[in-house]
Amino acid sequence: MLSDASNFIKEVDGVFLFILGISLALLILITILMILFVIKFNRKRNPRPKNIKGNTTLEIIWTVIPTILVVGMFYYGWYGYKKMTAAPKDAFEINVNGKMWAWEFIYPNGKKTDTLVVPIQKPIKLNLKSLDVNHSLYIPAFRIKKDVIPNKDNSLWFIANEAGVYDIACAEYCGLRHSYMYSKLYAIHQNEFDKWYNSKTDTTLTKK
Amino acid sequence: MTAINVHTGDNGSNGNHLDYLHSPKKYKGIFNWIFSTDHKKIGILYLISMLTFFAVGVVFGFLMRLELISPGKTIMEPQTYNQIFTLHGVIMIFLFIIPGLPAVFGNFFLPIMIGAKDVAFPRLNLLSWWLFVIGGFVALISLFLPGGPADTGWTFYIPYSVRTSTNVIPALIGAFILGFSSILTGLNFITTIHRLRAPGMSWFKMPLFAWSLYATGWVQILATPIVGITLLLVAIERWFGVGIFDPALGGDPIVYQHLFWIYSHPAVYIMILPAMGVISEIIPVYARRTIFGYKFIAYSSMAIALFGSLVWAHHMFTVGMSNTAMWLFSLLTFLVAIPSAIKVFNWVATLYKGSIVLEPAMLFALAFIFNFTIGGFTGLMQGALALNIHIHDTSFIVAHFHYVMFGGTGFGIFGALHHWFPKMFGRMYNKKVAKIAWVFLFIGFQLLYFPLFIAGYLGMPRRYYDYLPEFHIWHFISTVGSWILITGLIIMFTNLIIALRKGEKAVANPWGGVTLEWTIPSPPIHENFEKIPVVEKDPYDYTHYEELEEVKN
Repeated sequence: MLSDASNFIKEVDGVFLFILGISLALLILITILMILFVIKFNRKRNPRPKNIKGNTTLEIIWTVIPTILVVGMFYYGWYGYKKMTAAPKDAFEINVNGKMWAWEFIYPNGKKTDTLVVPIQKPIKLNLKSLDVNHSLYIPAFRIKKDVIPNKDNSLWFIANEAGVYDIACAEYCGLRHSYMYSKLYAIHQNEFDKWYNSKTDTTLTKK
Repeated sequence: MTAINVHTGDNGSNGNHLDYLHSPKKYKGIFNWIFSTDHKKIGILYLISMLTFFAVGVVFGFLMRLELISPGKTIMEPQTYNQIFTLHGVIMIFLFIIPGLPAVFGNFFLPIMIGAKDVAFPRLNLLSWWLFVIGGFVALISLFLPGGPADTGWTFYIPYSVRTSTNVIPALIGAFILGFSSILTGLNFITTIHRLRAPGMSWFKMPLFAWSLYATGWVQILATPIVGITLLLVAIERWFGVGIFDPALGGDPIVYQHLFWIYSHPAVYIMILPAMGVISEIIPVYARRTIFGYKFIAYSSMAIALFGSLVWAHHMFTVGMSNTAMWLFSLLTFLVAIPSAIKVFNWVATLYKGSIVLEPAMLFALAFIFNFTIGGFTGLMQGALALNIHIHDTSFIVAHFHYVMFGGTGFGIFGALHHWFPKMFGRMYNKKVAKIAWVFLFIGFQLLYFPLFIAGYLGMPRRYYDYLPEFHIWHFISTVGSWILITGLIIMFTNLIIALRKGEKAVANPWGGVTLEWTIPSPPIHENFEKIPVVEKDPYDYTHYEELEEVKN
């Protein structure tokens, strides 16, 4: 968590930790209160209950505070998401075909690969196309995902910050070998990428 | 609550009437049951059929977990796994969780709790059960057809569901029939609540379980037809080649997803609302005090039904919707959390200054609050757009909805079973064994589902037959948890089944409840009341316990 693999980690993990923090605090509060009440107001210790019908002030408090909290969570999530939808105009575009059960990456110069090779620190835009059923391109380490649907032009973008090898999974159920529809993403330095991009062979990196 | 004395647990004498299990019979043997229009017998019929389907669903779940105990093939082929997780979902959702509380406990207790002799349309009620059983068998018939059961997941997403060679159509027809069963039950309950409340039982004197069934009924009536229409559209597409959903015919698969979730998201509230109603019944009884914030709990059920119908597209945050749709559905999703939070706070406040005894049903209610709170908070995480993109369609979601559906509604059903068992069957189970079962269920549940949150956040997609080695530890813990959970289920049901025959005779009011069902004998007589009660007090009026002790002191 809070790695720097892609440009969206900070937003996604940030909103996660934000909601997790509030949730844990409230969960602990609720659980402790339940246990405390069960012990303190046990029938042996407290045979005489007190019928309290309610308290409007409390009701208002525990309606207003959660409302403020969830609107905050909503905004934090929306803020991060907006960034995910705004691909820069100069992004390097790669076409992706999803099919049962493999990924195919087609570069602007016509190069076709079964693994995704991208230069680091440069916006990359993937144009997603399905050749058969629904798929979903998912790069867990980058915190991004987008469904790949026939007859629908979906796309996603990211910047790989650090060189490395990452998993690409299919996240939308697509039949028999859905769980094997994995590929790899190689994030490499620009000069290394240029060399690979202009070479005739596809597989230099896959064999590494 | 009524003129009838509820302070003492009398011996459940039936007066001049026989209880519903022994009342004069119109038909012989099993026909006395399957043609009975008595709401209590229909409730028991639902209970038996629902638990049968539940057992099948548990077996499938157990097999899935066993397959996932380690990477690679363990006990089955990927095709089998895909069919099993589909069946597990279809059975658990349509045949267990949806009918679980309304059709079983709603049927049995709604008329009693509002002081009625039966539901408004008893024969329609019997028809609902028949449709339920027929729908269930149609859905399961594919097990025995060439090609085998559907392998599409319970969502039947197009285009995969039109391309697979497995038997999708029987499952869809089954769901269609089951939909009518659900609609008719909802209609019946709404009418019953509007027309058959006992004299003096105003809307705000109704028990909260009745309120939750009322909210549920509206969702059943308004949302369920959409899944029927969707199925008809699929049929038209397949038979006449009209492109509606299938992209190969120029259709739009996203429209299918919208229509599917316009029903199936509200269906989630059909599943959880009655469970919330049960918790609102259980807590005051074992805390011996009035519920905190009655009106807020009642209104929040209606708010959940209303808002819950407007959030369906949060199941589709990764399909590529416009930014406007995204923020709107995200915001609405967050807002629906508020009435749920209000309920939780009110339940916890109801424990304050109560006189609490931890009977089995109360333990299930407290576990419900804990599990449902975790399910709710992880739901908030998925409502946040940026975060949703990462955890969408991972095992995080699987953990989340099991926390709500099983840890919530499932535990609610178990709680209802232990709370009302003596009333329904006139026998008491072994409480100690029930508590032991609860410990197994609670611990097994946490071990089974919590690791899936972690694996999901680390990038484990859902509906995977196989997985990367880095997820092994989480799957392993989860599978071990499933064994503990199933042990708990076996202990719990064995205990209850033994109690059916050998349990001590139950008194009319073993827990000291004050709602109307505790004022009549256990088991109740045919048509419930010798004389329709006149309701004067609030539904959770426990003031006599204060007075009672005052006198003693």
